Amino acid sequence: MKKLLSIFAVVAFAFSAHAGTLDDVKNRGFLKCGVTTGLAGFAAPDDSGEWAGLDADMCRAVAVAVFGDRSKVEFITTTGKSRFPTLASGEVDMLARNTTWTISRDVNLGFEFVGVNFYDGQGFMIPSALGVSSATELDGATVCIQTGTTTELNLADFFRLNGISYEALPIETNDEGKENLFAGRCDVYTTDASGLSSTRAAASNPDKWVVLPEIISKEPLGPLVRHGDHQWGDVVRWSLNAMIIAEELGVTSENVDAQLGSNVPEVLRLLGVEGSYGEMLELAPDWAYQIIKQIGNYSESYEANVGPDTPLEIARGLNALWTQGGILYAPPFR
Amino acid sequence: MRSNLNFFSDERFRSIFFQTLVVGLFALGIFFIVQTTAYNLEKRNIATGWRFLSDPAGFDISFSPFLEFKSTDTHLKVYFVGVLNTLLVSITGCIAATILGFLVGIIRLSSNWLLSRISYIYVEFTRNVPLLLQIILWYSILIQLPRVKQSLQILDVFYISNRGLYSPRPIFESGFTYIFIAIILALISSFFIRRWAKKRQDLTGDQYPVFYTSFGLIFIIPIILFFILGSPMSFEYPEMKGFNFKGGLVIRPEFIAMFLALSIYTAAFISETVRAGILSVTKGQREASAALGLKQSWIMRLIIIPQALRVIVPPLTSQYLNLTKNSSLGIAVGYADLVHGFGGISLNQTGQAIECMVIVMATYLTISLTISFFMNIYNRSIQFKEK
Repeated sequence: MKKLLSIFAVVAFAFSAHAGTLDDVKNRGFLKCGVTTGLAGFAAPDDSGEWAGLDADMCRAVAVAVFGDRSKVEFITTTGKSRFPTLASGEVDMLARNTTWTISRDVNLGFEFVGVNFYDGQGFMIPSALGVSSATELDGATVCIQTGTTTELNLADFFRLNGISYEALPIETNDEGKENLFAGRCDVYTTDASGLSSTRAAASNPDKWVVLPEIISKEPLGPLVRHGDHQWGDVVRWSLNAMIIAEELGVTSENVDAQLGSNVPEVLRLLGVEGSYGEMLELAPDWAYQIIKQIGNYSESYEANVGPDTPLEIARGLNALWTQGGILYAPPFR
Repeated sequence: MRSNLNFFSDERFRSIFFQTLVVGLFALGIFFIVQTTAYNLEKRNIATGWRFLSDPAGFDISFSPFLEFKSTDTHLKVYFVGVLNTLLVSITGCIAATILGFLVGIIRLSSNWLLSRISYIYVEFTRNVPLLLQIILWYSILIQLPRVKQSLQILDVFYISNRGLYSPRPIFESGFTYIFIAIILALISSFFIRRWAKKRQDLTGDQYPVFYTSFGLIFIIPIILFFILGSPMSFEYPEMKGFNFKGGLVIRPEFIAMFLALSIYTAAFISETVRAGILSVTKGQREASAALGLKQSWIMRLIIIPQALRVIVPPLTSQYLNLTKNSSLGIAVGYADLVHGFGGISLNQTGQAIECMVIVMATYLTISLTISFFMNIYNRSIQFKEK
């Protein structure tokens, strides 16, 4: 009996114990990345069916770091509710899914947030015809809210704090929210301000909708991995940081080849000309060079997906570099 | 003699051996699953335990007709709100499905070609389209109703919009307690009158107008009492204030969609059961009762239905169970049932997936076993009593 039990224990261990996620990904030959079910600008299929957006770029950057190839990634859609079980069960290697970094998710759910790729805050969107100019005038309104999100909790807090009432209409996906809002089943849609811009851009007549000025919460959105696999966490963290540092150093996808002959030491370290940072991460020496070459730096990704020239029209604001009035800041590359 | 020495040739030993083996392996399998789960949870630093039940939920539930719910209430209260909402849609759904199912089942057997064709098409259409699609279909239709500012008005007190159906809410004043007591007393005495009348009929053959007596007791007397006491009831009318109607009674489109889809879908199955039940009573029974000169309605009520019920009730029980379990699809349209509220939002906000799912499953099991228990009692009461 003891022998039988120990056999079971070994089998259990084999089932549950992961080799490092990095090795798993390398052996599999592609990265599995959890994204939204479709949020324009962050992760949504473009006209040619390719996933595009700020979060999609985050996934691709990690794929480039590991394989040197931006196409080696499988995008797996997750809802606000399914994202955490999907990550915890190992169905995806990482999430880049507009996920707010909070203490309970970091500590209690057993995940590790490796950084912030978009500083956001919760806002409200409402038909301009209703003539509401502030969220404090929303007493009695029906509010569409995505379940299982931090916004759901912020919403309750906001109305409680202001002593006004509301009716919550719980929805699962952004599309469902849009549908209910456009049909008038709810008066207001609340989610991260970036998501509202995305929803507004998708409306048939964007001018009929206003995003109210109040931002009622801090929503630092960033990629996350399972807790406990620090090597993998480092790969994802530094893939993001490499893009931010590249912007800081003025390295872009266009000038990256010329920068290989730069005389700035940090540029040379970043591009793998000097030092052995790739080796430390168990990646190719030119991993960061490839990210910048194939994806671009943070600014390029931002401007292409959510910036003022896109339908989302989100100014850099908090997401500008720390040197330019924002709070985007990556630790030094050395 | 040799065969007696070999244990495996002994049939009793063999059967005990294999049964023990199967049970043992099963227990070991369960043990293995529990161990692996606990091990993995610990490895991933996922906190476990039941403490979260007493933590404040932090979110609001708007559809809670029986309990007042605030965001400062606990997850345990989220659970109770969910159970009540699940029971609400299940019980109303079962009642409506039974009524509709019996009607359609009987109509299907009607000699009127058009009527029986219509119920045939209804049955084939509804039971062959997935329930989830039907729920979404109903919801999509209801969502297309006028917006709240352009609500349809009926008699100036009912309002219909895509936010739901608003009607006046009755407010019972203190004197209403007497009327309530009168109705309960009337119900109890009707029950005894019925028993007495049946006994008398068995003995003497005389009939007593039970229906009219009960009707008078249950409806007429309380209504007279109502006016004597000076109408101790008033209404709160829905009123447009700001974004929404305030006051009054509201039935949400999420509930209506669930109620319609569940009852219409299940009624199709029930109608087939009813049809089978009626057809199971031999033609001779009908002919014999007609020969005795019974009225057509009496034949149905006194001869056919009691015998058909023996066949109908067991599959009817499983339809009730199906309806109750199918109510968990409410999540598709945001109906705040047990799965959506506690098994969805609470689970997600606390991350206690295993605990929440165990509670939700145990609850469905309890509800289902309770339905089975009462339906089995009813089933026994309508079976042939061998004398």
